[in-house]
Amino acid sequence: MTPQLSRRAFAVWRRNFLVWKKLAMPSMLGNLADPMIYLFGLGYGLGSLLPQVDGVSYIAFLATGTICASTMNAASFETLYSGFSRMHVQRSWEAIMNAPVSLDDVVAGECMWAATKASLAGAAILLVVILLGLAAGPLALLTLPVIFLTGLCFAALGLIMTALAPSYDFFMYYFTLFITPMVLLCGVFFPIEQLPPLVQAIANWLPLSHAVQLVRPLVFGELPASPLLHIGALLVTTAAAFWLALTLARRRLLK
Amino acid sequence: MTETAPLIVDRLCKAYDGKPAVAGLSFALERGECFGLLGPNGAGKTTTLRCCLGLTAPDSGTITLLGEPVPARAREARARVGVVPQFDNLDPDFTAAENLLVYGRYFGLSDATLWRRIPDLLEFAGLASKADISLRTLSGGMKRRLTLARALVNDPELLVLDEPTTGLDPQARHMIWNRLKQLLATGKTILLTTHFMDEAERLCNRLAIVDDGRLIALGTPRTLIAERIEPQVVEVYGEGADAWAAEQARQFTRRCEVSGETAFCYVEDAAPLLAHLADRPQLKTLHRPANLEDVFLKLTGRELRD
Repeated sequence: MTPQLSRRAFAVWRRNFLVWKKLAMPSMLGNLADPMIYLFGLGYGLGSLLPQVDGVSYIAFLATGTICASTMNAASFETLYSGFSRMHVQRSWEAIMNAPVSLDDVVAGECMWAATKASLAGAAILLVVILLGLAAGPLALLTLPVIFLTGLCFAALGLIMTALAPSYDFFMYYFTLFITPMVLLCGVFFPIEQLPPLVQAIANWLPLSHAVQLVRPLVFGELPASPLLHIGALLVTTAAAFWLALTLARRRLLK
Repeated sequence: MTETAPLIVDRLCKAYDGKPAVAGLSFALERGECFGLLGPNGAGKTTTLRCCLGLTAPDSGTITLLGEPVPARAREARARVGVVPQFDNLDPDFTAAENLLVYGRYFGLSDATLWRRIPDLLEFAGLASKADISLRTLSGGMKRRLTLARALVNDPELLVLDEPTTGLDPQARHMIWNRLKQLLATGKTILLTTHFMDEAERLCNRLAIVDDGRLIALGTPRTLIAERIEPQVVEVYGEGADAWAAEQARQFTRRCEVSGETAFCYVEDAAPLLAHLADRPQLKTLHRPANLEDVFLKLTGRELRD
């Protein structure tokens, strides 16, 4: 069951990139609009009521969390809705597999592509953070690889759902039961420490927490507390999720 | 001979949930021929094709595609195969030309090579003027031709077509047949599945009729008709045809099958039957030579397969 990957995965990535290029502007705006509305609405509105949170202004706190949440959302939407369209509705994966490209390459290409698109979404928020003068220094640029890894992690998790989904409706469960709670629990809107200890313990296991705990200090010019733990957790989750997604996709499409 | 056979399927078996879809199927293609796989729905045709392309692992049996063992080296084999799938899976986000470009990249072909090939491929598909047109504006026939062009992007030795003309109008079907004949003339080998007996009779050098995952007949269309069925058919229909079939048909034919309103009488010599029917003007008759469809129905039965 080891993944059999080749460079042809890149051809799958390029296919999606070519589609994206045609719709790049609306796609970027769509990726930016939603998080920006939250960022400014909550950041200024709620932020004006709050003292500093963890030693920074609330909008700075929220903005750093939003980088991660936005990356997660973009990776999830791409692998769930767009990925499902390509796999099931348009049968694009079947077409590709008739060429000398394995299903493993297709899944890997999709995962890489979703991570790329998610990175653009995360980087766009980072750019806004920098333009608002909320970033402390050059360490903020180290968030870029973290953003990519976060994208990869949620792309792999999303592909599990895609491989299981009977229809688009199925994805509602994933968003309401997994993505939305994660946004609320993982320190995007408020520090994890505000939660009861048991919930905190759970939240600390969730992948979005690891991303937030890497990105937030880096943007504020500090080194994260235990970087290897968080990077390791994201890497292990990515690998395990990719393996599971591949196993399920094989069961669905190579039967 | 077997050294160069483009495809050898040997005792292929594949079951789903304990139900056999393919049950010991063997056949081999000869280079440059058009080989037809015929069978009712659920006979195992598509499963067989999927196994041949390495998309499904057989339970037992061996497949050799263009000299490569499948599924072990299916990817290498597929590099030299073109596939026209049963369902349209062209990329709706791209133009006709982009579809060919993107597909060619899956074969590891460079953009320069592909842009050189694309005008010829579009010309072949009769879509030269449609290169930059969005896929959504192409008709069903055009899409099918583009799918055929896409299958040729790697200049394959073997073309695999799964029901290439299902859903097309007669004009579009004839155009596809023409193109397939042109490809055969250039030495390509074709493996196709179809429900259409006229298509099989017209295109295929040899046919395999499969049912319940087994091979039940193999040969040229002509020999199948000559060896597997009586040469003449008299169709009897109109008022009282079923009563006539039940009471009188036996005197003239050993095989008379009633389907709906029509009795199909298979005979060596139609003259006595036609003379008998001439005295019964309320019965309408159609006298014709037996064709491949008669063979197919004789071998696979008349019940509906869903």
